[in-house]
Amino acid sequence: MAENTSEIRYLTPPNIELTREKYCRFQKNRIKYIDYKDEKFLLQFVNEQGKLLPRRITGTSLKYQRKVSQAVKRARHLALMPYVADMLK
Amino acid sequence: MTKRYETVFILTPVLSAEQVKETVVKFKKSLKDAGAKLKHEEDWGLKKLAYPIQKKSTGFYHLFEYEMEGEGIANMEVNLKRDEKVMRFLTVSLDKHAIAFVESRPQRKK
Repeated sequence: MAENTSEIRYLTPPNIELTREKYCRFQKNRIKYIDYKDEKFLLQFVNEQGKLLPRRITGTSLKYQRKVSQAVKRARHLALMPYVADMLK
Repeated sequence: MTKRYETVFILTPVLSAEQVKETVVKFKKSLKDAGAKLKHEEDWGLKKLAYPIQKKSTGFYHLFEYEMEGEGIANMEVNLKRDEKVMRFLTVSLDKHAIAFVESRPQRKK
Protein backbone atom coordinates (compact mmCIF):
# COMPACT_ATOMS: atom_id res chain seq x y z
CA MET A 1 0.00 0.00 0.00
CA ALA A 2 1.06 3.53 -0.70
CA GLU A 3 0.21 4.60 2.81
CA ASN A 4 2.34 1.90 4.30
CA THR A 5 5.40 2.81 2.35
CA SER A 6 5.13 6.41 3.39
CA GLU A 7 4.78 5.29 6.99
CA ILE A 8 7.88 3.17 6.71
CA ARG A 9 9.79 6.03 5.26
CA TYR A 10 8.67 8.16 8.13
CA LEU A 11 9.90 5.63 10.65
CA THR A 12 13.39 5.52 9.25
CA PRO A 13 15.50 7.96 11.23
CA PRO A 14 15.71 11.17 9.29
CA ASN A 15 19.14 12.33 8.35
CA ILE A 16 19.68 14.90 11.07
CA GLU A 17 23.24 15.86 10.34
CA LEU A 18 23.31 17.31 6.91
CA THR A 19 26.99 17.85 6.41
CA ARG A 20 27.51 21.27 5.00
CA GLU A 21 30.25 21.61 2.47
CA LYS A 22 33.30 23.23 4.01
CA TYR A 23 35.15 25.85 2.05
CA CYS A 24 38.13 28.09 2.41
CA ARG A 25 36.85 31.55 3.07
CA PHE A 26 40.00 33.18 1.74
CA GLN A 27 39.76 31.48 -1.61
CA LYS A 28 36.06 32.13 -1.82
CA ASN A 29 36.34 35.82 -1.01
CA ARG A 30 39.63 36.28 -2.85
CA ILE A 31 41.49 37.50 0.20
CA LYS A 32 45.18 37.46 -0.55
CA TYR A 33 46.68 38.91 2.57
CA ILE A 34 45.84 38.24 6.20
CA ASP A 35 46.59 41.21 8.39
CA TYR A 36 48.19 40.50 11.74
CA LYS A 37 47.02 43.87 13.08
CA ASP A 38 43.37 42.90 12.86
CA GLU A 39 43.04 40.90 16.04
CA LYS A 40 39.24 40.80 15.93
CA PHE A 41 39.34 38.97 12.64
CA LEU A 42 42.01 36.56 13.78
CA LEU A 43 39.92 35.70 16.81
CA GLN A 44 37.80 33.54 14.52
CA PHE A 45 40.72 31.17 14.04
CA VAL A 46 41.53 30.44 17.67
CA ASN A 47 39.64 28.64 20.37
CA GLU A 48 38.74 29.96 23.83
CA GLN A 49 42.24 29.29 25.06
CA GLY A 50 43.79 31.31 22.28
CA LYS A 51 45.06 28.23 20.46
CA LEU A 52 44.91 27.97 16.70
CA LEU A 53 41.97 25.98 15.39
CA PRO A 54 42.77 23.14 13.01
CA ARG A 55 41.97 23.34 9.33
CA ARG A 56 39.52 20.51 9.73
CA ILE A 57 37.25 22.80 11.72
CA THR A 58 37.65 26.13 9.99
CA GLY A 59 37.87 24.65 6.50
CA THR A 60 40.76 26.90 5.51
CA SER A 61 42.99 25.64 2.73
CA LEU A 62 46.57 24.75 3.55
CA LYS A 63 48.00 27.76 1.77
CA TYR A 64 45.93 30.17 3.82
CA GLN A 65 46.16 28.21 7.05
CA ARG A 66 49.89 28.88 6.97
CA LYS A 67 49.21 32.57 6.55
CA VAL A 68 46.65 32.54 9.32
CA SER A 69 49.09 30.90 11.70
CA GLN A 70 51.80 33.38 10.74
CA ALA A 71 49.44 36.30 11.35
CA VAL A 72 48.28 34.93 14.70
CA LYS A 73 51.86 34.46 15.84
CA ARG A 74 52.74 38.01 14.85
CA ALA A 75 49.71 39.34 16.65
CA ARG A 76 50.73 37.42 19.75
CA HIS A 77 54.20 38.88 19.66
CA LEU A 78 52.78 42.39 19.59
CA ALA A 79 50.44 41.60 22.49
CA LEU A 80 47.39 42.07 20.29
CA MET A 81 46.38 38.51 21.08
CA PRO A 82 47.22 36.42 24.12
CA TYR A 83 49.54 33.44 24.03
CA VAL A 84 47.49 31.73 26.68
CA ALA A 85 44.01 32.69 27.69
CA ASP A 86 40.91 31.44 29.36
CA MET A 87 37.37 32.25 28.26
CA LEU A 88 38.50 34.29 25.29
CA LYS A 89 35.07 34.16 23.68
CA MET B 1 66.95 46.82 -4.33
CA THR B 2 64.54 48.51 -2.02
CA LYS B 3 61.77 46.66 -0.34
CA ARG B 4 58.67 47.68 1.53
CA TYR B 5 58.75 47.16 5.26
CA GLU B 6 56.44 47.78 8.12
CA THR B 7 57.51 48.19 11.72
CA VAL B 8 55.26 48.27 14.74
CA PHE B 9 56.69 49.08 18.11
CA ILE B 10 55.29 49.46 21.60
CA LEU B 11 56.55 52.16 23.95
CA THR B 12 56.22 51.98 27.72
CA PRO B 13 53.15 53.66 29.18
CA VAL B 14 55.22 55.50 31.80
CA LEU B 15 56.23 58.12 29.23
CA SER B 16 54.49 61.45 28.91
CA ALA B 17 52.87 62.41 25.62
CA GLU B 18 55.84 64.63 24.83
CA GLN B 19 58.37 61.90 25.43
CA VAL B 20 56.41 59.59 23.18
CA LYS B 21 56.43 62.17 20.43
CA GLU B 22 60.12 62.70 20.97
CA THR B 23 61.02 59.03 20.60
CA VAL B 24 58.83 58.67 17.55
CA VAL B 25 60.52 61.63 15.93
CA LYS B 26 63.88 60.17 16.86
CA PHE B 27 63.11 56.88 15.17
CA LYS B 28 61.71 58.65 12.18
CA LYS B 29 64.97 60.53 11.87
CA SER B 30 67.06 57.40 12.24
CA LEU B 31 64.98 55.81 9.50
CA LYS B 32 65.54 58.76 7.23
CA ASP B 33 69.26 58.66 7.96
CA ALA B 34 69.31 55.02 6.95
CA GLY B 35 67.88 56.04 3.60
CA ALA B 36 64.32 54.95 4.11
CA LYS B 37 61.40 56.55 2.35
CA LEU B 38 58.56 56.85 4.82
CA LYS B 39 55.29 55.92 3.16
CA HIS B 40 52.87 55.91 6.00
CA GLU B 41 52.72 56.38 9.71
CA GLU B 42 50.13 55.44 12.27
CA ASP B 43 49.68 56.21 15.89
CA TRP B 44 47.35 53.81 17.62
CA GLY B 45 47.69 55.57 20.93
CA LEU B 46 47.61 53.91 24.31
CA LYS B 47 46.34 50.38 23.93
CA LYS B 48 45.72 47.59 26.34
CA LEU B 49 48.09 44.64 25.95
CA ALA B 50 46.74 41.13 25.68
CA TYR B 51 49.26 40.05 28.32
CA PRO B 52 51.63 42.01 30.54
CA ILE B 53 55.06 42.94 29.15
CA GLN B 54 57.65 44.09 31.66
CA LYS B 55 54.82 44.21 34.20
CA LYS B 56 52.97 46.84 32.20
CA SER B 57 49.48 46.23 30.95
CA THR B 58 49.28 49.06 28.42
CA GLY B 59 51.54 50.57 25.79
CA PHE B 60 51.78 53.20 23.07
CA TYR B 61 51.60 51.54 19.67
CA HIS B 62 53.21 53.08 16.66
CA LEU B 63 53.52 51.94 13.10
CA PHE B 64 55.90 52.96 10.33
CA GLU B 65 55.64 51.87 6.76
CA TYR B 66 58.60 52.59 4.53
CA GLU B 67 60.73 51.60 1.60
CA MET B 68 64.33 50.77 2.28
CA GLU B 69 67.38 48.72 1.42
CA GLY B 70 67.36 45.44 3.30
CA GLU B 71 70.79 45.93 4.88
CA GLY B 72 69.63 48.87 6.97
CA ILE B 73 67.00 46.86 8.77
CA ALA B 74 69.35 45.07 11.14
CA ASN B 75 70.85 48.39 12.15
CA MET B 76 67.48 49.90 12.82
CA GLU B 77 66.39 46.94 14.88
CA VAL B 78 69.50 47.28 17.01
CA ASN B 79 68.46 50.88 17.65
CA LEU B 80 65.04 49.73 18.78
CA LYS B 81 66.49 47.01 20.91
CA ARG B 82 68.88 49.33 22.68
CA ASP B 83 66.20 51.82 23.56
CA GLU B 84 64.66 50.82 26.84
CA LYS B 85 61.55 52.87 26.13
CA VAL B 86 60.62 50.29 23.50
CA MET B 87 58.97 47.26 25.01
CA ARG B 88 58.34 45.31 21.83
CA PHE B 89 58.81 45.72 18.11
CA LEU B 90 58.13 43.78 14.96
CA THR B 91 59.40 44.42 11.46
CA VAL B 92 57.69 42.72 8.58
CA SER B 93 58.58 42.87 4.93
CA LEU B 94 55.54 43.35 2.73
CA ASP B 95 54.97 41.22 -0.33
CA LYS B 96 52.87 42.37 -3.26
CA HIS B 97 49.57 41.25 -1.74
CA ALA B 98 50.41 42.96 1.51
CA ILE B 99 51.25 46.20 -0.27
CA ALA B 100 47.97 46.06 -2.15
CA PHE B 101 46.13 45.45 1.10
CA VAL B 102 47.91 48.17 3.02
CA GLU B 103 47.34 50.74 0.31
CA SER B 104 43.70 49.91 -0.15
CA ARG B 105 43.01 50.05 3.56
CA PRO B 106 40.40 52.76 3.84
CA GLN B 107 40.07 52.82 7.59
CA ARG B 108 43.77 53.41 8.23
CA LYS B 109 43.68 53.29 12.00
CA LYS B 110 44.46 56.45 13.88
